[in-house]
Amino acid sequence: MVTRVLTVSILAGLLAGLIVAALQHVTTTPLILKAETYEAALALKAPTLAAFDGDARIILAHGPAGDAPGHDHAEWKPQDGLQRTLFTSAVTIATAIGFAGLLLAGMIAAGDTIDQRSALVWGACGFIALGLAPAMGLAPELPGAASAALEQRQLWWLATVVATALGLFLFLRFEQPWLKLAAVVLILLPHVIGAPHPAAPESKVPAEVAAHFASLSLGIQAALWLATAFMVGVLWPWASRRAAKA
Amino acid sequence: MNTVSVYTPTLSVSDRVKAVTAALVIGVALIYTTGFAASTNVHNAAHDTRHGLAFPCH
Repeated sequence: MVTRVLTVSILAGLLAGLIVAALQHVTTTPLILKAETYEAALALKAPTLAAFDGDARIILAHGPAGDAPGHDHAEWKPQDGLQRTLFTSAVTIATAIGFAGLLLAGMIAAGDTIDQRSALVWGACGFIALGLAPAMGLAPELPGAASAALEQRQLWWLATVVATALGLFLFLRFEQPWLKLAAVVLILLPHVIGAPHPAAPESKVPAEVAAHFASLSLGIQAALWLATAFMVGVLWPWASRRAAKA
Repeated sequence: MNTVSVYTPTLSVSDRVKAVTAALVIGVALIYTTGFAASTNVHNAAHDTRHGLAFPCH
């Protein structure tokens, strides 16, 4: 059964990841590249805009377009163009394989029948837990946006994902009213506590572009979850039939 | 849609535990690497996907 888990995760992730990588190439990536031009422009003017009060940080992941004295340029990154597209696609495929693993872990642990319908329901819940709920606190960001310290955001993200996933499971799988109530409280809790935010906005990317990116990236994550879940729902029964014959 | 049951409930508990563990390891390890690993090289390679899928980046 471990072999089946590996086979189905890898195949489902590969197929769904390829489809969504193509979608990313024409949706989110062009906006990221556009934002980087604003980020580079901001970097050149950075000294005059250094008005943070300690919480806000601008981290220029790609370095300024011009040479900054003392900046280390030895850092590796994929070259713009084909290499960058290939890396982005490979990472998207790896993420899809990871999503497929999580879906299978949940469904096998719950003892569910794994078919297209049930896998899509789990996939939708996966998107709510790993995509929608954390994005309500930490909106999808373009490069150049000001944000709180990365570790704090990652911690809040993780806590929100665990709380939302557990909350959804309790709400959907148990009949007791007090458990359903506890599930709702659990789902709301991270948002009551609140996500870490920067003290002041710093991005020079137009709000329209950032807003478009936020909705696009959530749509793309939803597509990745649903495509992965659909592939899992198709491939698991196929792999099980093969295992039964063997 | 294909709703034919193919899950075999006769699987032993230890088989299921192993399968769930394997699936969890794949899921957590890959999502950690693509979405969260702090290594600069991994970050740079994964950059557009992290932004594109709304993971906390930078």
